[in-house]
Amino acid sequence: MASASVLSEYKAPISAHFSPYDFNGGTVLAIAGNDFALIATDTRLSQGFAIHSRECPKTFTLTNNTILGCCGFHGDVLTLTKTLAARLQIFEKDHNKPMPTASIAAMLSTILYYRRFFPYYTHNVVAGLDEEGKGCVYSFDPVGCYEKESFRAKGSASAMLQPLLDNQIGGKNQNGYTAQSLTSTQCVALVKDVFTSAAERDIYTGDNIIISVVNKDGIKSEKFPLRRD
Amino acid sequence: MMSINGSPGPLWTGGPIPGQFYNFPGGKSDSNNTQRVRSVNPIVTGTSVLAVQFKGGVVIAADTLGSYGSLAKYRDLKRLLKVNDTTVIGAAGDYADFQYMSNIIQQQVINDEVINDGFGYTPKSVHCLLTRILYNRRSQFNPLWNTYIIAGIEEDQPYLGYVDKIGMAYEAPSLACGFGAYVALPIIRDALEKKPDISKDEAVALIDRCMKLMYYRDARALNKYQLAVITKDGVDIKGPIISETNWEVAHMIRGYE
Amino acid sequence: MFRNQYDNDVTVWSPQGRIHQLEYAMEAVKQGSACVGMKSKTHAILVALKRAPSELSAHQKKILPIDDHIAVSIAGLTADARLLCNYMRNECLNSRWAYNTPLSVSRLVASVGSKSQIPTQRYGRRPFGVGLLVAGYDAQGPHIYQTCPSANYYDCKAMAIGARSQSARTYLEKHLDVFPDCSLDELVKHGLRALRDTLPQEVDLTPKNCSIGIVSKDTKFSILDDDEVAPFLAMIEGEERSVRPVQEEVGQPMEADDPSSGAQPDPLVAAADETMDQ
Repeated sequence: MASASVLSEYKAPISAHFSPYDFNGGTVLAIAGNDFALIATDTRLSQGFAIHSRECPKTFTLTNNTILGCCGFHGDVLTLTKTLAARLQIFEKDHNKPMPTASIAAMLSTILYYRRFFPYYTHNVVAGLDEEGKGCVYSFDPVGCYEKESFRAKGSASAMLQPLLDNQIGGKNQNGYTAQSLTSTQCVALVKDVFTSAAERDIYTGDNIIISVVNKDGIKSEKFPLRRD
Repeated sequence: MMSINGSPGPLWTGGPIPGQFYNFPGGKSDSNNTQRVRSVNPIVTGTSVLAVQFKGGVVIAADTLGSYGSLAKYRDLKRLLKVNDTTVIGAAGDYADFQYMSNIIQQQVINDEVINDGFGYTPKSVHCLLTRILYNRRSQFNPLWNTYIIAGIEEDQPYLGYVDKIGMAYEAPSLACGFGAYVALPIIRDALEKKPDISKDEAVALIDRCMKLMYYRDARALNKYQLAVITKDGVDIKGPIISETNWEVAHMIRGYE
Repeated sequence: MFRNQYDNDVTVWSPQGRIHQLEYAMEAVKQGSACVGMKSKTHAILVALKRAPSELSAHQKKILPIDDHIAVSIAGLTADARLLCNYMRNECLNSRWAYNTPLSVSRLVASVGSKSQIPTQRYGRRPFGVGLLVAGYDAQGPHIYQTCPSANYYDCKAMAIGARSQSARTYLEKHLDVFPDCSLDELVKHGLRALRDTLPQEVDLTPKNCSIGIVSKDTKFSILDDDEVAPFLAMIEGEERSVRPVQEEVGQPMEADDPSSGAQPDPLVAAADETMDQ
């Protein structure tokens, strides 16, 4: 009896805690316009106070008119984007056409919800052109709840970016001002400004942003430097 | 129902306990449920691995110490694995898990040689494979307690990849894991920032300096290490190399006696 | 109808040391319409003749994409081809999943070979009734492979399979030496000429009945149909055909039996005239 209780009280002298998750930072931002959509993500990959990489973009090209912004736990980001790429390739070979943006969003939702009780710890936005050629953005929570929106910030600095976008794009909290739709050039300029501001306050956002714009001519990406400290 | 020692059981079981959170039966939401975690701590461990790219190749180094907690138990453990003429992997963390992974990889290298079609592992494919294996094991709550750095030549270009025990992976021109990420990596990055295309000799000297620094600063490091240089001509594993260290100032440090 | 004592199952040998079920399966490939595969130092291409089973039907696909770097052209039972095609796509996806590397053509074909071998040795199973020409580009360059229902596969410089494909092979053999240094256009022209040699005099290649697949380094496999093949057809328009198509092998006896064995000769294979083969 005594020996049993000694054993039950035994603990390893050093016990390292295992957590299957980590947070690797990163911010993603998506805006839908009339005939374009864009996603901007920073390129920093961090873990606690360490910066693993300054060149790790979180934008993923899914088809020639759909892109994904994905951040959170980078291990899940890698696995999720790999799963998506495989599923999209299967669809394309089976149906002889790329999957439309709205269908990709629906599929991503089911992929995320499939892991409802051991979620992919990722914040996702899908942006692209719909089947009429209009820009669209879908945002997701980690377990697959999704919604079509016209702009959305996700990830570590989302709480800083989203109110700013509500004001600047949505025209919220301004007296006597109604929101106007922005051109792609205006959006890109706005994105650079809001990310520069976010990088000042958020240690998990910085180094560079990659801004990818989808329109009827395809996808164009541009790199813009942020502070690197 | 009576419990083993004869005292009566609780008034009712399976229902909510006043003042505590109720866990739905059958649910996996129980945050105290650690039963599925199998290997919870590493036993014999290796510390940091350092690696840097240079013009036309990669240098990777790891010391030869296998620590048992704070005991410097094994002083001649090889933590660099030559996969083939283009790829070397370096492992930190649990040494048994590294040996297990080595067996898997070496068996597959033999299988590839038997097929004899000219295809085999490349740094990129090893990196991807390790990422998948480690991610799968973490998803089963049975992790391989390692961080791997994969160094090699991929399509005539230097390649460096990192992957840790939860499947977090990336590529970068300079890498260090564990304590080295804080002690050595800033110095390596600084050198690369000043001169992106360092030569092989400069890279070897840089790593040598950082390994010495690791020995000074990391209590789980040893001044005996292996260093591999991978170029298009193949893999050259040097060592064990013994760092010349200088402790003359040590007696001046006060307050830790 | 009882035709032969030794052809009821693939597990039964004939006294001549042949497996008739396998040989019948090999005949199924010759019922499908012709496909040609060839490679230069830089490209691998497939050229295939599409059939419409009836006036009411569209022309059926002959070149199926497997991955960004591999596609197959099929001759024989289309349904069997689809199954093999799904298997090959899966193998390619697995390679990308585990190794982040496109699967090498040789390993893909070898795995198809291993898969095809199983129903050639099991009681109650039937071999795949389809032959494939696999074209792909990997780290070792362009490749053309041929696979058979017998589970054999061959690494080829150029190959043609399907109905009346002997004429195409004759053409390919004749021009074999020039292929390695051909430009893409030249290569496709040779492919089309080889394919045209399989046609009866009164039939010609049209954008409707012709399909072209092309792959090279760093470009994804592209499959051209309809209007996209017209420019290539225009390049060989009006050219004289080769002397005359050689008479076909369909329905011919397979190999002369060994007369010394004294056994009954195996009966000839009757040519089926269903159009379920493509």
